[in-house]
Amino acid sequence: MTGSKALEELASQEYRYGFVSDVEADTVARGLDEDVIRTISGKKGEPDFLLEWRLRAYRRWRTMEEPNWAKLHYPPIDYQAISYYSAPKKKALKSLDEVDPEVLRTFEKLGIPLEEQKVLAGVAVDAVFDSVSVATTFKEKLAEMGIIFSSFSEAVRNHPDLVRKYLGSVVPYSDNFFAALNSAVFSDGSFVYVPRGVRCPMELSTYFRINSANTGQFERTLIVADEGSYVSYLEGCTAPMRDENQLHAAVVELVALKDAHIKYSTVQNWYPGDKDGKGGIYNFVTKRGRALENARISWTQVETGSAITWKYPGVLLQGDHSVGEFYSVALTANRQQADTGTKMVHIGKNTRSTIVSKGISAGHGQNTYRGLVKVLKGATGARNHSECDSLLLSDTSGAHTFPYLDVRNDSSVVEHEASTSRISEDQLFYCRQRGIPEEDAVSMIVNGFCKEVFKELPMEFAVEAQKLLGVSLEGAVG
Amino acid sequence: MLTIRDLHVSVQDKPILKGVDLEIDAGQVHAIMGPNGSGKSTLAQVLAGHGGYQVTRGDILLDGRSILEVSPEERARAGIFLSFQYPVEIPGVANSYFLKTALNAVRRGRGEEELDSIAFLALAREKLDVVGMDPRFLSRAVNEGFSGGEKKRNEIFQMALLEPRLAILDETDSGLDIDALKAVANGINALRSPDRAFILITHYQRLLDYVVPDKVYVLANGRIVRSGGRELAQELEKRGYGWLEAAA
Repeated sequence: MTGSKALEELASQEYRYGFVSDVEADTVARGLDEDVIRTISGKKGEPDFLLEWRLRAYRRWRTMEEPNWAKLHYPPIDYQAISYYSAPKKKALKSLDEVDPEVLRTFEKLGIPLEEQKVLAGVAVDAVFDSVSVATTFKEKLAEMGIIFSSFSEAVRNHPDLVRKYLGSVVPYSDNFFAALNSAVFSDGSFVYVPRGVRCPMELSTYFRINSANTGQFERTLIVADEGSYVSYLEGCTAPMRDENQLHAAVVELVALKDAHIKYSTVQNWYPGDKDGKGGIYNFVTKRGRALENARISWTQVETGSAITWKYPGVLLQGDHSVGEFYSVALTANRQQADTGTKMVHIGKNTRSTIVSKGISAGHGQNTYRGLVKVLKGATGARNHSECDSLLLSDTSGAHTFPYLDVRNDSSVVEHEASTSRISEDQLFYCRQRGIPEEDAVSMIVNGFCKEVFKELPMEFAVEAQKLLGVSLEGAVG
Repeated sequence: MLTIRDLHVSVQDKPILKGVDLEIDAGQVHAIMGPNGSGKSTLAQVLAGHGGYQVTRGDILLDGRSILEVSPEERARAGIFLSFQYPVEIPGVANSYFLKTALNAVRRGRGEEELDSIAFLALAREKLDVVGMDPRFLSRAVNEGFSGGEKKRNEIFQMALLEPRLAILDETDSGLDIDALKAVANGINALRSPDRAFILITHYQRLLDYVVPDKVYVLANGRIVRSGGRELAQELEKRGYGWLEAAA
């Protein structure tokens, strides 16, 4: 009965959501050039400004190099071997009845029955299936309040002015290699606009799912919270089992105008690859928010999936008294690698940021926290508190912490705490002596470790995240 | 109920217990005393199934069946409870959640129905009274930031909740002030019953002023060197362990 061996077995459990649904897909041939971009834009019937923007992004991307500073190891990606667009063939659906039953069954397999969710959870679901939204619910109710919650493509058609005004305003296409690629080829995503003074009465939720083989997934999400408004947005994902690596490069932009509050929560469970690290999603995401005066942006993420995670949700604290928060749980098991953290850029006066990062490494998992706290010269009275804790579940896993501090204002206060710990044999024995099986004990201890982050998640999502963590840690205990 | 037969135990090939025999029946309270390093805590850990110890000879029988190959959680479900000398902290895990999970695991083992949150809380509040603990203990993380006395009370509280058949209390009295000691002793006395056996492991006899044992053993250098009634504890209090260690 060696606890550490059992721990490793726990963490090496097989992915539960490995299946491929059989839906006819409309796929563009592999490879990328300006014609492909014109095709994508054309298929979606986009206005000229957007096509031009995509082309500029593409031209910029061609001059850029894939970043290599992260503590990640993966074979070179052949960007010409990827198909950049895939959509289920039926389009422009008016109701759920028109959705391919196979698609609906897929959602059911994932445990996301749309109908049930509509009734039970009171959550409006904008379901993204292979890049194109196929089902949107609760829209009417939201529309009454002036809230726009739609697929990105719809927003381009119905609210081109808003898209044009805010697209790229937080993450410009030139921001980084993956953001440029996304800007050139993004297929679809979600768009949210909450008008002035409106408090969105329900959690807005999107479930992503990568489905067609060899199709990169390039989501684009834009959320604009107008002055004094509030919105809570949930993003959750699972993906089918695959042998080939799948590239995912999403961009999420949040704009919180004066006095607005955006809460963005993610539970990410993409296929992490098998025990040897074969297959699995490569997840290169750019997420950033811009907070104006007295505005607040909170990122909460629970990352248990993907073979590679490269992700630094950040906040530009532009307005005076604005607040940025980052709460993260990242679990890496088997051969998973995560290089994740946040960027808090203090620009305005008396801006505040809080960073709580919990990394859990099992098997051969490598977990890196990389965070930047930047305080600009004008950010008088800025405050930051960072807390980075790592939990190691095996001798072969790794935890790394790279906090970067760049402080140019003397009146600011920046604090950083870090810790690395293990689940001790004593803790396990204590639980087992009380009758709790080892597997449940590990799950309980890990959940306790993550509590500070889970309490930031909306209720239902927190329950789901805890379950997910339990499932990710499950396995054969000897 | 419990039979320990010629038990030899090593830690990393170093012999700690060198042939311990002990028999305890339901309804009895046995005290095991002895100097530091005599093997008392090792005996407690081995009875509970800690994997860090090797049983090199002998056997432990519960109701006539060997439990050497039985996992700690199964032993717990069979009714063995260990009150830890150093209760472990589990940050972020609420006491109530931990205890409900434990209780339901034990109840499943006994073939009883699991309790839902409401039934659990009602039961937990009732048992808190046994050790005079505040209900706020339930929402605190397991042992996190507890004082030494609070941790020990928490162990007795858990015992009251789990209702074991055999309770092993490893130096539960050490480091307690007189009020905490009384609270712990009251808790133990309240749980004494004809179907339950206790093994009290202690260095000092003061707990035995409050919890009167049926039998007292002295463990020294891995062997039981003396056994007797309550008066043996009092003699030890006067004379110390030296004279027995010399004999061992």
